Amino acid sequence: MNEALLRELVPAVIGVLVRRGADFASAEDAVQEALIRALETWPDDPPREPKAWLVAVGWRKFLDATRAETSRRGRELTVELEPPAGPAPGEDDTLRLYFLCAHPTLPVGSAVALTLRAVGGLTTRQIAAAYLVPEATMAQRISRAKRRIAGLPLDRPGDLGTVLRVLYLVFNEGYGGDVDLAGEAIRLTRQLVALTGEPEVSGLLALMLLHHARRASRTGEDGRLVPLAAQDRSRWDTRLIAEGVTILQAALARDRLGEYQAQAAIAALHADAPSTAETDWVQIVEWYDELLLRTDSPVVRLNRAVAVGEADGPGAGLAALADVPADLPRYAAVTAYLHERAGDLERAADLYAEAARAATSVPERDHLTREAARVRHHLTTE
Amino acid sequence: MKYLLLKHYRGAPTAANDVPMDRWTPAEVDAHMRYMHDFAARLEETGEFVDTQALLPDGAFVRYDGPGRPPVTDGPFAETKDLIAGWYIIDVESWERAVELAGELSAAPGAGGEPIHEWLEVRPFFTGSPTVNE
Repeated sequence: MNEALLRELVPAVIGVLVRRGADFASAEDAVQEALIRALETWPDDPPREPKAWLVAVGWRKFLDATRAETSRRGRELTVELEPPAGPAPGEDDTLRLYFLCAHPTLPVGSAVALTLRAVGGLTTRQIAAAYLVPEATMAQRISRAKRRIAGLPLDRPGDLGTVLRVLYLVFNEGYGGDVDLAGEAIRLTRQLVALTGEPEVSGLLALMLLHHARRASRTGEDGRLVPLAAQDRSRWDTRLIAEGVTILQAALARDRLGEYQAQAAIAALHADAPSTAETDWVQIVEWYDELLLRTDSPVVRLNRAVAVGEADGPGAGLAALADVPADLPRYAAVTAYLHERAGDLERAADLYAEAARAATSVPERDHLTREAARVRHHLTTE
Repeated sequence: MKYLLLKHYRGAPTAANDVPMDRWTPAEVDAHMRYMHDFAARLEETGEFVDTQALLPDGAFVRYDGPGRPPVTDGPFAETKDLIAGWYIIDVESWERAVELAGELSAAPGAGGEPIHEWLEVRPFFTGSPTVNE
């Protein structure tokens, strides 16, 4: 049994413990301990019934913790030693965990950590390494989050929007330590599609698959960022693209369009094109308009301006920037590109340099610095 | 989001309560140390702590001096404007939260038990991965 399969069992096992009467916070702690024990012992001594093993060890850890807590308070042990036979946990248990862990009252960083632990079955150590913080800090963040949601009813439908936002954040983190966070986000979203059947969840899954299909081509050998136009399209994962497109089409057919479906449609049009020049930019602009009707975000306006620049020429793209706030991180990068396309290289070089100073990640900064150098070099050797 | 809270020996604007530490009473020094310790403990408790380090004022500038030659060292330079004393690295939800915490740290008590009002530099980290925007 590999680690991925082990992780898949975690939410169901938490569900069993909660049904037997454990509160969510204690059940989640107990299962985390059982998980760590399993990671240590299973390679040498694999159990015949992995889930039953996790339930038994988790329940024992829960009883130990409760007993310690009870004796600490000097009271009688009231927890039954033999677990009552509750109803079999269903898929609903796992769905409730998604809603609880991404509860709107939680700070988003805490929701991410709790989701990865309780739904994703990652250890605190793995999550801490992925987000580059000490393990003790991550442990504190998770236990505070659990205190914050203690007492919330587990049997109400939650806010699907925040769940999707949390999953998309995890996806965008890419790799973290030895954990493939993007792959993990896809796994959790896939599971959520099966649990809800909501078209927007399918939209998010399709979006992730279409972005993931291009992951290998997005980074060069030395870790440099490769922009869409320069990507080697033969390295795109056609199997993932086909799957993403199929999922998206089924979602769109249900005629309940949302933000993620619209973004996935844009990603699908890119994935479908043999080159930047042969991309259906007109249709991409239409999807951005659709997206703007749903979420009037400045970032969407900025990306729309790029598409307008491709569809109707750089002048139109620059005009489309008129109602975009100039303090967005990528604003200078977009104007630089449009000015370069329009032939104003002096301006483009200055703007690329400005964009590099405004970049929020090292790969973006380095990419924009190279762009500035490239355009300037071109100017001086002309 | 990670931020660096940077303390300066030199180079930051002058603090309101600018009496040097060796002129404080022992009790005032103790109170200051306790405040710093409690600040770190609070960060750990809230799950926002990443790192803290203090630097000696000593050190030197070092540079490459060509193939086959040892690096050149120079300094310390008394005239150098900026001298870093140490830092906290925090991982928080927002810029506003980072500013709030820097404000707390700057309220550490100094002479007379009054807040030092020390100026701290707050600097955002680059994020690890670029946003996909294509």
